[in-house]
Amino acid sequence: MSRVYRPVPVILAREWSAYFNSPIAYVFLVIFLVLAGFFTFGVTRLYESGQADLRPFFFWHPWLYLILVPAVTMRLWAEEQRSGTVELLLTLSVKPSQAILAKFFAAWLFLGLALALTFPMVLTAYYLGEPDGGVIFSGYLGSFLLAGAYVSVGLFASAITRNQVISFVVGVFVGLFLLLAGFPPVTELMSRWAPVWLVDGVASFSFMHHYDMLQRGLISLGDLTYFAGVMVVMLTATHAALTQRMGRT
Amino acid sequence: MIRVDNLVKEFGPRRAVDGVSFSVEPGTVLGFLGPNGAGKTTTIRMIAGFLKPTQGQILVNNINMLQDPIMAQRQVGYMPERTPLYDEMTVEAFLRFVAALRGYQGSERQGRVDQVLRSCFLEPVRHQVIETLSKGYRQRTCLAQAILHDPSVLLLDEPTEGLDPNQKKVVRDMIIEMGKKKVIMISTHVLEEVEAICSRVIIISRGRVVADNPPAELTRDGTRLEEFFRRITTTEDTNAGGL
Repeated sequence: MSRVYRPVPVILAREWSAYFNSPIAYVFLVIFLVLAGFFTFGVTRLYESGQADLRPFFFWHPWLYLILVPAVTMRLWAEEQRSGTVELLLTLSVKPSQAILAKFFAAWLFLGLALALTFPMVLTAYYLGEPDGGVIFSGYLGSFLLAGAYVSVGLFASAITRNQVISFVVGVFVGLFLLLAGFPPVTELMSRWAPVWLVDGVASFSFMHHYDMLQRGLISLGDLTYFAGVMVVMLTATHAALTQRMGRT
Repeated sequence: MIRVDNLVKEFGPRRAVDGVSFSVEPGTVLGFLGPNGAGKTTTIRMIAGFLKPTQGQILVNNINMLQDPIMAQRQVGYMPERTPLYDEMTVEAFLRFVAALRGYQGSERQGRVDQVLRSCFLEPVRHQVIETLSKGYRQRTCLAQAILHDPSVLLLDEPTEGLDPNQKKVVRDMIIEMGKKKVIMISTHVLEEVEAICSRVIIISRGRVVADNPPAELTRDGTRLEEFFRRITTTEDTNAGGL
């Protein structure tokens, strides 16, 4: 029988089962769903808003991901480096790029599962009135892309250290920068002294601006390209960090 | 076969491997010896395709490890130092994962896994989580992943480290048996192991080859291998670590 080499799905499946063979998956899913529900109904008060849309729900996602995604990704490379399994993995005829993609998609799909489990929110919106299905779709698309961008940041943070705590902190920090660069209090503060083009330039690096557009139901090629661009840049940086750390360059 | 030409690896200003050259033909069990820090593990990591050399060439079955690492690594089974394994997996799930990466599918994949579980005496622990294994089983699980695809070249970095005498015998017997057809390169600093199983010995010190002979030749004048090792590695480097 001829052999078939498909390292990406094989590693992806192993990572996926590693999530579910440990408490990580269950703790993450429960905390994500509880917090999403609490903030949506308890703080932004979906019921009392008088509108059948999910903006009070999606509003919180950048903040939930900021803390929770690095918790999912911090292990991905840091643990391989600490335990030495990276040496095993990368001598099993696996390219670093293949291993990086597999780990990235495993974590991103896991976030996709968490997002899919928020479907009762959609049912609630339809129960309350007649929401715009297109806006809900674009809201979910935006949230999924945002999750992918955070995962790519977290994966990079995991590749630069063998310590999971450092990986978590760096992931949160880089994520916070990408988030706050477009946050109104920051842009307003900057606009007092910086020229408009600079404020706009920094703000355009931010997750917030692009995420906001998608939450309004506006799917533009520019915003999709932005999220894809963040992921490509961070995955390339992950590759560079990993090969450099491994003395492979 | 393995052929290594003028291999050099620098870590910053430090030259860990300094112009190592040798070649090994099938049917050889090569003992790769040296004091701690002599460059054994660095050399093996380069031959396994994990580390990139600063300069030099590595051919495995005439495939260039630097130009085509994926094809070259398919020829090689590698057991790294300190037996890194995915601790949360069971022995069988881990070996199935390795088999899938080695390109096996379906019943052939299961067949391969069953075969190495038998040949490495791992059947009693096949469903056990790796984290809970004893040192001996852990070592053999790592050996099992290295031989799963029946490679013609085996690189074993301290394969019997930490095993009790019975376990050592099991692993050594396996190596002797496999060494009849394959190229097996063993990094070790256990000299009795070299005398027991190796047909050739390379000693390195400070990143350089200082001896390359069959073990019997090194001890022909009645010197014990241990004395010879001590003499040759301490002349080269009086500050080298002990055995």
